[in-house]
Amino acid sequence: MVRRIIQALTALLYNIHLKGFITGRIYQGSLKKVCVPGLNCYSCPGAVGSCPIGSLQSSINAVKYKVSLYVAGLLILFGSILGRFICGWACPFGLVQEVLHKIPSPKLRKKPVFGVLKYGKYVILAVFVLLLPALYSLQKGVTIPAFCKYICPAGTLEAGIPLIALNESLRYTIGWLFYWKMLLLTAMVLSAVFIYRPFCRFVCPLGAIYAMFNSTAIFGLKVDSAKCTHCGICTGACKVDIHPFETPNDPECVRCGDCIKACPHSALKFSSVYTGTPCTSRNVTQSK
Amino acid sequence: MSRVRSVLPIALSCLGVVLIAAGILGGELPMILRKAIFICLECIGIG
Repeated sequence: MVRRIIQALTALLYNIHLKGFITGRIYQGSLKKVCVPGLNCYSCPGAVGSCPIGSLQSSINAVKYKVSLYVAGLLILFGSILGRFICGWACPFGLVQEVLHKIPSPKLRKKPVFGVLKYGKYVILAVFVLLLPALYSLQKGVTIPAFCKYICPAGTLEAGIPLIALNESLRYTIGWLFYWKMLLLTAMVLSAVFIYRPFCRFVCPLGAIYAMFNSTAIFGLKVDSAKCTHCGICTGACKVDIHPFETPNDPECVRCGDCIKACPHSALKFSSVYTGTPCTSRNVTQSK
Repeated sequence: MSRVRSVLPIALSCLGVVLIAAGILGGELPMILRKAIFICLECIGIG
């Protein structure tokens, strides 16, 4: 419940320019110099901050061998402190998917194909966020945000739909690209009903960046090896199909805390690397 | 606690802060702002 409130407050805070949802005009103040930690489209009528992935792509200039140090620094700072806590606690699109997953339906979990699909987000990060904008800037001299343009369903949901609904002039410019992105959004919405956070797990390049920091972040999940009986209840409770008692800081863990609630021995808890013995799969194994 | 495990997050955080400062001093903020204050046609699917 606490997490849900923080998710909702974060979504509201990122999009506090509520007037934009009535006027159809986006916020143009100086706060937009700051990138928010989660995936939130800067063309959302309510957005008061910038999207880190959008800013990263638009800053890439292969001709000058340039990428924004400011955005890279923000991503490293957020990642090294919180890792994927940001995905689980401070991402509006993650919240949308979690709400959709509440719809009663058969849930798809622990499918072998998910073990392969999870690498998709790294491919998308490499190809759509880094490579294509760089190649395009080499060829044309300007960059394109390829991920935003061809994939990002958050942009379609948060910016595309409200802006097109509120601006008649934009409606006349709709073409195949908008329909393609609507198709992707629909696919994502439908799959989120059956699969827990499919976009975050298989597609999101921001999730891929934070995933790389999950095992080294200051804050993470910790197992008390003295209390853990390896009963596997936490594994059963985990919606992203990891084994929290073995790899509590797995790159896929979005820090939802379901394993903590499920553990009958209170062996799992959120903790900082500077409080007590850090948990690794090694010291858990040693305790067996 | 292994030394690397305890030093690495702080080292990465410091690297992040240094890069942020370098970006700000290098004049990147106006570029970020310029992109963010106009409707991103690619983001909304018509660009």
